[in-house]
Amino acid sequence: MNIYGDWGNVLTIKRRFEWHGYTPELIEYNQGDTFPKEVDIILGGGGQDSGQDIIQDDLLTIGPKLRELADAGVPMLVICGLYQLFGKFFKTQDGHIIEGIGLFDIETHAGSERLIGNTLVKSGDFGDIIGYENHSGQTYLSANVKPLGHIVKGAGNNGQDGTEGVRYKNVIGSYLHGSLLPKNPAIADFLIEKAVTRKYGEFTPTVIDDHFAQQARLVAIKRPR
Amino acid sequence: MSKPYITLLGKAVRYIARLRGGGSALPGLFVEKIDPDFIKRTLSQLPRGVVVVSGTNGKTTTTKIVVELLESQGLKVFTNRTGSNFTRGVAAALLGEVDALGRLDADIAVLELDEAHAVHFVAAIQPKYSLLLNVMRDQLDRFGEIDATAKLLAQIAKKTTDTVVLNREDPRVCSIADALDTQTVRYFGLAPSLASLFPSDDDMRAQTSRQASKLPDASVLLKSLRDHTAMFTIGKEDVEATLRLHGIYNIYNAAAALALVEAIMESSFDSTTAISRLQTIEPAFGRGEVLQIGGQPLEIVLVKNPSGFRLSLQSFQPKGYSTMIAINDRYADGRDMSWLWDVDFDSLRESGVSVVSGIRAYEMALRLQYEEVPVAKVEPTIDEALRTFLTSESPKRIFCTYTAMLALRRELSKITDVERVL
Repeated sequence: MNIYGDWGNVLTIKRRFEWHGYTPELIEYNQGDTFPKEVDIILGGGGQDSGQDIIQDDLLTIGPKLRELADAGVPMLVICGLYQLFGKFFKTQDGHIIEGIGLFDIETHAGSERLIGNTLVKSGDFGDIIGYENHSGQTYLSANVKPLGHIVKGAGNNGQDGTEGVRYKNVIGSYLHGSLLPKNPAIADFLIEKAVTRKYGEFTPTVIDDHFAQQARLVAIKRPR
Repeated sequence: MSKPYITLLGKAVRYIARLRGGGSALPGLFVEKIDPDFIKRTLSQLPRGVVVVSGTNGKTTTTKIVVELLESQGLKVFTNRTGSNFTRGVAAALLGEVDALGRLDADIAVLELDEAHAVHFVAAIQPKYSLLLNVMRDQLDRFGEIDATAKLLAQIAKKTTDTVVLNREDPRVCSIADALDTQTVRYFGLAPSLASLFPSDDDMRAQTSRQASKLPDASVLLKSLRDHTAMFTIGKEDVEATLRLHGIYNIYNAAAALALVEAIMESSFDSTTAISRLQTIEPAFGRGEVLQIGGQPLEIVLVKNPSGFRLSLQSFQPKGYSTMIAINDRYADGRDMSWLWDVDFDSLRESGVSVVSGIRAYEMALRLQYEEVPVAKVEPTIDEALRTFLTSESPKRIFCTYTAMLALRRELSKITDVERVL
């Protein structure tokens, strides 16, 4: 579930940890692996629908563990395919139900249209969130569930209710690629801060030169849908 | 309107479009509107039929090699040289070649086609032969998923009437053979020792285990490669060639071309003449072609997708070169910047990048920052960036996306001789 450039999220977290003065250890988890004993941040990416079928069984097995970690405040970021599977289920065009781990109180239905293009989202916590969406799944949030933000340009979760992504404790789900974190360092630093304070009690960030990110954001915001 | 007038009108439009320095497809669009049957009628005259080359990477270089090899075998070949591989580009290219009565002086047509457009094309005009190179993550904003791209290529194969040539090292391409029953299927391949040089997108991040499954026999195998000297196994014969093409992937494209040309020529295939000609071929438009500027070589390397960029970085050593990277995000470049994050740029750490340019220059600079590759200058405007870049007195190399390359070539043609591509 990692063929859609979401490596950028992993690299951003890894590098920013280093720039903040920490030594991160990157553990790759693939189906069938032993779930690591100590986990501070979890990142998951997008893939093809066929990829989702392949990892589903394993994901359901580790589901309770992931929910436990989420409830304990472990920060996580899941994009696109994994965002969907962290919900209750994904229903395909021909009615086949792919069960999710139910960490988010959301459900996804396959749509006939691909929701694709440059996307701008406004959020209270992170300001402008800039990315690129590419999905045919339409995700619906249950009544009390908080989205990541609201759509200014683009389709978002389902192209209808104006929401994008979802929040649960320190877990963020989103459809945004780009990758998401490089152009949205505020979200990266949020995840890092949560991880560090959970582990060490406090976090003193180093000032990182985000000039390129700022300029890249200014350009990306103006690009057509 | 009768046909000679269409041809002449089309030619007039083409001439005017060239004077304006415009892109390659306007004349084709013109013909498409007035005479939709034009392509089919013109190509169906050809005694040896139509050849389609498609796949994610390598179409242009492979098509160029196929054309030269067929010419070495004595055939007159029509091809869409412009590298505009949408249907409209084919019409435009035809307009440049037919006489006033719409006749084409050629034995065979070899067409490079974009995967999505190829499907519509083969529905109207069935190719006699097709060559399917690979399926890679490319422009997911256009194709959605790589399995979908593989399905497009399978369509091309199914419509082929005589022989389909497949890359046996690419599982998605190789398995297309399962869907074919009337066509002859041939393969090109790599010796096992070289296979590790071509990681697939699936291999890149996941721990996929490569099973030593039974692969079909290749009619042409790239057996070994050292610098510019390659060893091909053609049938049972080992043949050595010293090439001007460079880059592992270009030389593998040469193996693909040899397999296709051998299939077309059958028993009259003259491998000695083919290899002789192969040794003379220069890299195509924007694919590592070398210009001379201020007494120094300037290489232009087109990058379109993660695997292409990865292989380019592997093939061209940065040491001793000044490097520029220009990234645009127009439709033809790919609009989703995610792809940059699937390329490793650590090979550029030591030498750094002199100039980063293009509409998404800052996105690329950001990418390099996270890879800890030093960037000397960010200048989004391509002509400014080029001016700065050309002041350095070393051999130079520019990695660029498609429309960035067109802009660069326009600027460069003001300074030096650049191959006309409209």
